[in-house]
Amino acid sequence: MTQPNNYGFGEEAALLKDSARKFFREHFPTDRLHALVAADPTPGRAPSCQWDEALWAQLVELGWTVLAVPEEAGGVGMPVAAVAGLVEEVGRAAFPCPLLGTLNATYVLVACGEAGAVGLADIAAGKAATLALTDRHGAWDPAATEVEYRDGGLYGTAWFVQDAGKCERLLVCASTGAGYGLFWVDAHAAGVTAEADGIVDLTRDQAHIVFDGASGIEVSGNALSALHQAMPAIWTLVAADMVGAGEWQLQTTVEYVSTRKQFDRPLGFFQAIKHPLVEVMVQIDEAKSLVYNAACACDSEPEKAAQYAHMAKASASDMAAYASSRSVQSHGGIGFTWECYVHLYFKRQKHSQMLWGDGVWHRARLADIVIGTAA
Amino acid sequence: MSDASARKDTPAQAEFRAYCRDWLAANKPGEPPVRLPQTPLEIMTTEQLDYLQAWQKAAYDAGLVGCDYPEAVGGGGRKDCQRVANEEMLAARTPFFPNVIGLGMAAPTVFYHAQEAVKAELLPRLFSGEDIWCQGFSEPGAGSDLASVQTFAEKRGDRWVINGHKVWTSLAHFAEWMIILLRTDKSHKYDGLSYFVVPIRAALGNGVTVRPLIKITGETGFNEVIFDNLEVDDRYRLDELGKGWQVAMTTLLHERGAGELQTPRSGGMKNRSSHNITTSAVIELARQTRRGAGAAADDPLLRDKLMRQLIREEGLKQNQRRSRVQALLDHPMRLPLQNKLLASEIAQSIASLAVEVEGMASSLYMGDSNAPAGGQWPLSYMNSYGMTIAAGTSEVQRNILGERVLGLPKSK
Ligand SMILES: Cc1cc2nc3c(=O)[nH]c(=O)nc-3n(C[C@H](O)[C@H](O)[C@H](O)COP(=O)(O)OP(=O)(O)OC[C@H]3O[C@@H](n4cnc5c(N)ncnc54)[C@H](O)[C@@H]3O)c2cc1C
Repeated sequence: MTQPNNYGFGEEAALLKDSARKFFREHFPTDRLHALVAADPTPGRAPSCQWDEALWAQLVELGWTVLAVPEEAGGVGMPVAAVAGLVEEVGRAAFPCPLLGTLNATYVLVACGEAGAVGLADIAAGKAATLALTDRHGAWDPAATEVEYRDGGLYGTAWFVQDAGKCERLLVCASTGAGYGLFWVDAHAAGVTAEADGIVDLTRDQAHIVFDGASGIEVSGNALSALHQAMPAIWTLVAADMVGAGEWQLQTTVEYVSTRKQFDRPLGFFQAIKHPLVEVMVQIDEAKSLVYNAACACDSEPEKAAQYAHMAKASASDMAAYASSRSVQSHGGIGFTWECYVHLYFKRQKHSQMLWGDGVWHRARLADIVIGTAA
Repeated sequence: MSDASARKDTPAQAEFRAYCRDWLAANKPGEPPVRLPQTPLEIMTTEQLDYLQAWQKAAYDAGLVGCDYPEAVGGGGRKDCQRVANEEMLAARTPFFPNVIGLGMAAPTVFYHAQEAVKAELLPRLFSGEDIWCQGFSEPGAGSDLASVQTFAEKRGDRWVINGHKVWTSLAHFAEWMIILLRTDKSHKYDGLSYFVVPIRAALGNGVTVRPLIKITGETGFNEVIFDNLEVDDRYRLDELGKGWQVAMTTLLHERGAGELQTPRSGGMKNRSSHNITTSAVIELARQTRRGAGAAADDPLLRDKLMRQLIREEGLKQNQRRSRVQALLDHPMRLPLQNKLLASEIAQSIASLAVEVEGMASSLYMGDSNAPAGGQWPLSYMNSYGMTIAAGTSEVQRNILGERVLGLPKSK
């Protein structure tokens, strides 16, 4: 299969991306974000989940959470390329919400085939969901899971569950007698306890979730194959989020260095400031182009999707680290304070950099595909 | 990495593509009789030139060169078809065209700024490669700061008399014509510049001296050109007097791959001495190269570096693709102006990595029969600095991006 020239990013996708950007500009400027999530600076603050549920309800109303749900399951069935455009805008706004988790769960459920329909129906009905796959070391391959399914119940702990405090459903990977399965679980059911993590990133919440006999619906008996199919879209979307956040970092920093004067000149006159910001732009563009290429592969060249998604996430991870570093450094002392908004994106980007694999990890997997596994 | 040619063509493009493919299948030139350099900028002998000129002429006669220019100036009168021809020529692994500066820089500049009669006079022989062109911009005192050129043109009657010194002039030793940026007024830096095309070969020994310079690699290919009272007709002035800087921008935009007109481009031929500077070539090299107990391609640190390169290379390819998707662009020049910077720096880092993979064997140069790949990788690595220096250095490209795209304060 081959990809369409324009990544399959058509008129509808452009409209969606544009309306998302306008929506956040109007309803969620960065000062609102700061007021919402940064009230308590104490390093040892209690874990919390700060978000604008009313605004989220509007997004659900607009249908954003069902964009990736196939039409036959009550969704819109938009291509991953279009969804990536939306996620880029969510990243630009650093909007705290369970959209990414819900989209991720959607792609895994689709990969589960018929048995996934029960989960897709919940998502189509507006329920937010998130993946609970990962072990305490951050690995998400099924064999690593610390959750076990026995005697009709789930036992054990899933770690690093994203935006858990905002979700009503969990997609849990657990070992079964027969292998590794995926289970659709009500986040508020008996036997499910979310222990919120105290995290650096203020724009997300995270938890480890302890299962003690919770019941769940088995949506796949072959977690490996479902995840294998769904992960490229998941990597691509987190990379899209990072591209949007990177654009915010670039624009904000460019504005600052264009107005702040030292040595009688705007800082941006000096090449020690100017050239690194150009490099940030170059890295954002590389990541962005690779994101749409990967998204398009998920849609129309699935045999290449993993390869291209590894490229996108590796590129975005390195970009996010560099853009974050330059955004703080170029702001000088003010950039080191809590009151300056760059820290919000710095923290979100550092979190995203590691989420679902950092650059080194993705390049190692890419090498296995392109060069072949090392002898 | 999907097959570019399989993407959607208009019906006219599809028909033209089929035509190109058939023609190339029947007419692609055979093995060159001589060893070719890596790029047209290092053509050293007339044997090399003859072979390459014959190829360009054949491709032009078949309609694969200048496709998007109007027929009146010797073009093909087609719409957005040069890209198609280029893709097919690359896929067919043809030799490169020798008249690169003519095709890439002189043609669009002449097309946009010369009198109609001059276009019709000069462009057909430019497209066919019968006339090689060179670019006389840089001078000993004017490199990155191009607008400070001092080579002077003085008006005498309706003729101009040129005196001065150009340097690093690629292909001048074979060139019939030169595009040249000249000073016509010493009191204004930018508005004192005018742009001409001048016939240099006809004036050798009679107003023009061309002296070859030897490159870092030991190859020749660029030159000093000294003007001593060369007389030129006024009709060879492009655009108005004092508008030389604006005309030069047309040249530079196309030189950096950011212009309106697609440059006719062929290449890809494998031959004894040309190789592709791609990450996949370095991966292959790493498979062949021993390191410790195994292949270099099994070394995790090298694998990481190889994948970094592959990602950058694919990123540039996807930038070029995305630059045609309006809805995914914020600033119209943001991607086009990155092209030259990225292409040159990526090529340099690929060659650098190849040398690293070769290890001690990279010490062996072209004359050594033990040199892997005939010593091409150290040659490529050295030559790559030509790319990051010529046509606006990487530092100058970053200034331009910072100023024109990000809107940061100008450094001049
Ligand atoms: C292989 C090759 C082929 C060439 N072919 C041609 C040709 O056909 N025709 C032609 O006219 N010219 C040609 N050139 C010349 C080329 O355009 C110049 O070398 C180039 O513009 C740089 O000018 P310079 O050599 O004077 O270096 P300089 O301008 O002196 O620069 C030296 C160093 O200082 C840096 N620098 C300069 N200004 C700035 C600044 N403002 N900010 C930060 N850093 C700066 C540069 O990036 C560079 O690293 C060629 C050069 C090469 C290497």
